[in-house]
Amino acid sequence: MSDLWPRIEPLLARVEKPARYIGMEKGSLAPDHGPGRVAFLLVYPDTYEIGLPNQGLQILYELCNERGDAVAERAYAPWTDMESAMRAAGVPLFSVDTHRAAGDFDVLAFNLSAELVYTNLLNLVDLAGVAVRNEDRAPSDPLVIAGGHCTYNPEPLAEYVDAFVIGDGEEVIGELAEVVGAWKRGGRADRETVLRDLATIPGVYVPAMYDCEYDGPELHAITPRYPDVPAVVDKRTVADLAQWPYPKHQLVPLIEVVHDRLNVEIFRGCTRGCRFCQAGMITRPVRERPEEQVRTMVREGLRRTGYDEVALTSLSSADFSGIEGVVAGLVRDQEGTGAVSVSLPSLRVDAFSVGIASEIQKVRRTGLTFAPEAGSWRLRQVINKLIVEDDLYAAVDAAFSQGWRRMKLYFLTGLPTEMDDDTLGIANLAANVVAIGRKYTKQASCTVSVGGFVPKPHTPFQWFGQNGVDELARKVSLLRGAMRGTRAQLKWHDPAATFAEGLVSRGDRRIGRVIERVWRAGGTFQEWSEHFSLDRWLEATYAEGLDPDWYVTRHRTRDELLPWSHIAAGLHADFLWDDWQAALAAHGLPDCRWTPCYDCGVCTDYALEHVVASPTPPAGGSQGTGQDLARGGETQVAFLSTRGTGGRATMERRELAGVPSGGESGVPASSEGDEA
Amino acid sequence: MKSTSGMPVRLKYEKLGKVRWIGHRDVARAMERAFRVVQLPLAFTEGFSPHPKVSFGLALPTGHESEAEYLDLVLAADVDLDEIPAAISGALPAGMAVVGARRLADRAPALQEAVTAVAWRVEIAPRAGTREQIAAGLAAQTLETMRHRKGRDVLEDVRPVIRSIDVHDDTTVEMELHTQPRSAKPGEVLAAIGDITEVRALRTHQWIERDGARLEPLDADTITVGIANAEGGSAAAAGSDSSRPYAPPGACVTREGIDVRSGTSRGWDDRGRRDERDERRGVGHAAAGSG
Repeated sequence: MSDLWPRIEPLLARVEKPARYIGMEKGSLAPDHGPGRVAFLLVYPDTYEIGLPNQGLQILYELCNERGDAVAERAYAPWTDMESAMRAAGVPLFSVDTHRAAGDFDVLAFNLSAELVYTNLLNLVDLAGVAVRNEDRAPSDPLVIAGGHCTYNPEPLAEYVDAFVIGDGEEVIGELAEVVGAWKRGGRADRETVLRDLATIPGVYVPAMYDCEYDGPELHAITPRYPDVPAVVDKRTVADLAQWPYPKHQLVPLIEVVHDRLNVEIFRGCTRGCRFCQAGMITRPVRERPEEQVRTMVREGLRRTGYDEVALTSLSSADFSGIEGVVAGLVRDQEGTGAVSVSLPSLRVDAFSVGIASEIQKVRRTGLTFAPEAGSWRLRQVINKLIVEDDLYAAVDAAFSQGWRRMKLYFLTGLPTEMDDDTLGIANLAANVVAIGRKYTKQASCTVSVGGFVPKPHTPFQWFGQNGVDELARKVSLLRGAMRGTRAQLKWHDPAATFAEGLVSRGDRRIGRVIERVWRAGGTFQEWSEHFSLDRWLEATYAEGLDPDWYVTRHRTRDELLPWSHIAAGLHADFLWDDWQAALAAHGLPDCRWTPCYDCGVCTDYALEHVVASPTPPAGGSQGTGQDLARGGETQVAFLSTRGTGGRATMERRELAGVPSGGESGVPASSEGDEA
Repeated sequence: MKSTSGMPVRLKYEKLGKVRWIGHRDVARAMERAFRVVQLPLAFTEGFSPHPKVSFGLALPTGHESEAEYLDLVLAADVDLDEIPAAISGALPAGMAVVGARRLADRAPALQEAVTAVAWRVEIAPRAGTREQIAAGLAAQTLETMRHRKGRDVLEDVRPVIRSIDVHDDTTVEMELHTQPRSAKPGEVLAAIGDITEVRALRTHQWIERDGARLEPLDADTITVGIANAEGGSAAAAGSDSSRPYAPPGACVTREGIDVRSGTSRGWDDRGRRDERDERRGVGHAAAGSG
């Protein structure tokens, strides 16, 4: 019940960005911790600036506080200067809402969206005054729970986290509150009782309820210890996003954070089927938010927060059925009320996307970002990112012709079957992009960002042996050589960090002790290059008697028991294996939103359906639109403005921009009648 | 504020309690968001990248409180200035409140150039001999201290900055510092005098001194008419609907317990009350802007 503020405040004059620790965001709450209520501390294990905008955490924050039987507050990882000051002054981890000690909460609920934050989780549990290992915790200690995409392979943290929530959290958070509440009312007798009860909640994985057997280095079996504990934990999925218009009161921080704008989630899930993309695999099926609800959330959100920017978020925002209507509506709404800018993260690579972008960005057209991901059409078929070169060039041409000057292209390297020709194809694409831009402006530039590929659980690439540090470094240096003298710039991710991420990404339960050693050696904030050291990870792995290459660079076989095989995202193992084989044969797979179901397993097993307003694919996207994928021929490029139904507001722009008219008409049914 | 179209206005605001830990840029962003929430009809600059015509006064160092901060802005439409403080305050973070608004003369000099002195009330760690030390410091010709400027440590004389320092009691000193051509933070002045530790600092006043007169910025270059009109505002107002209410019903709340006055400062013993207010304001969505 303690308010630690009087002990926290004297530390603030000595630390960087003291406002990280004061809370006070618009939308934040000071909930009343009644004795009958389960108190959740929602913790993002990275800095305040990274963690605050996290939408998942904000959704749970509101849902908990709307309940009569639960309250929620928030905490973020204090930066190293603050952590030292806190430890020196004996101040534990605290909530930013009411500055209450973490140890006073019933549940520490962590959001895990990246593997390299795992050492921070251990550090924060320790800073909360709680034993870092499950087995050492007392009944009076808070339960340590984790959710987020990383929990689809929970094993590396199995000895540190009491329970994992797999999948969407909107419904399960209430079920957690009920089970923990009952345990609390019963006097919190012992942890075993509550853990067993938690294990019966669908979507909740309690690692202590399972035994792992090894045969030498290989995992032999993962077996439930009790008959009422499920052998396989299935993910939870919210069937209809329309029922969850959250966050309703997005937090407005007082200091600048990443994604510092109103964020409105327009759909969840993606069936583009990019084989490297874990998010696209584990969040199926596609569930669109109704267009009208999107508009309401945008309008209300802008009015309430005072933000002048809104992002329509999803895994591929141009795929939203109502995107044209929403964008046109936004543009119309803001006329005369001052400039509100709209951003669409994760734009598909095609001219349709550029049409949307030009609709919402009338001024300050400086940079656009696309993610072709691989340098050759062959390799893009391997990864099922089915963008033909013409798609990219049409998009880039459209963008430069309409005033954008800087293109940013994202690529992965170290992909399955990647040969040097594929890698060098990146340089070729970048050079062509610059050449296209030079037709329009001398200032045309292109920045290429290359990340090392880390195979992720529950994807067709989960069997692939990741490229080692040297191989990734060689590819980067190859690319550097090829791009020297061109007007394109190259940026790359540190191959050493990619290796450590790979170690944890597909790690088993034994990797937990490696994480603990790295943490004990001072390795927090591993996502931050100034704190990262691969040597620390390698030393810790060897100290545990493990071989890093066995985990990272080894190809897995079909008969191998994968450490996450008792966690189900709904994807059939056969589907994933077949898709892996199709990848190796460079066969693309269309998007099942608009083409017949190929039965990946999710919809059929979980009795779910895509919630998509339009049965027609958006024009301009080559994938799933019936084109001959294997040939990779020309694609129909249709501009937003040229697919007009007369009298559309968008007609004017075409004339101004001088974009040639014509092209296929493929107006989604949903946008009819939305125009003035 | 240099402006030929629209209605220039000067606002006085305070920054008290926990919110003192946000920086000057954060204050500016919080103000601009509040202006948008209450739909204040700001005039915008013209050109490629239009931005609202708002200019802030002297930066308040992060961690310091103030009862006397100022900013100038230009409105594109008529607004009842008496309603502005409560309306904007309702949309600001707890601890920040607009306490005064006056019509500003056209082409008034910018705050950063016009303000010549600031007054501080500083809470210090009690220690024997503080009074004598300060007296000695005031008698000294120079007071050199190491200051961090543009990434380098530079030895600077802060004696010219000091106008007066009054020792109130063991834990409180009042000081008045020049701001032109440059100023210093109260903690820097105390460090230069000796080993005196600043615990907390509150800016109580800013002064514009001109032609022998000493004016509070709300009284300098401002026009004291009841309801001002947007003179010459036709160009800026074109395209904007001047009948549109800038604060739709329910969009803002009047801050309970806030003293909407200016000039006089409150003592340290008010702090408890202020923090209590912070707590209250932190509770519930309703208090955070819509209730």
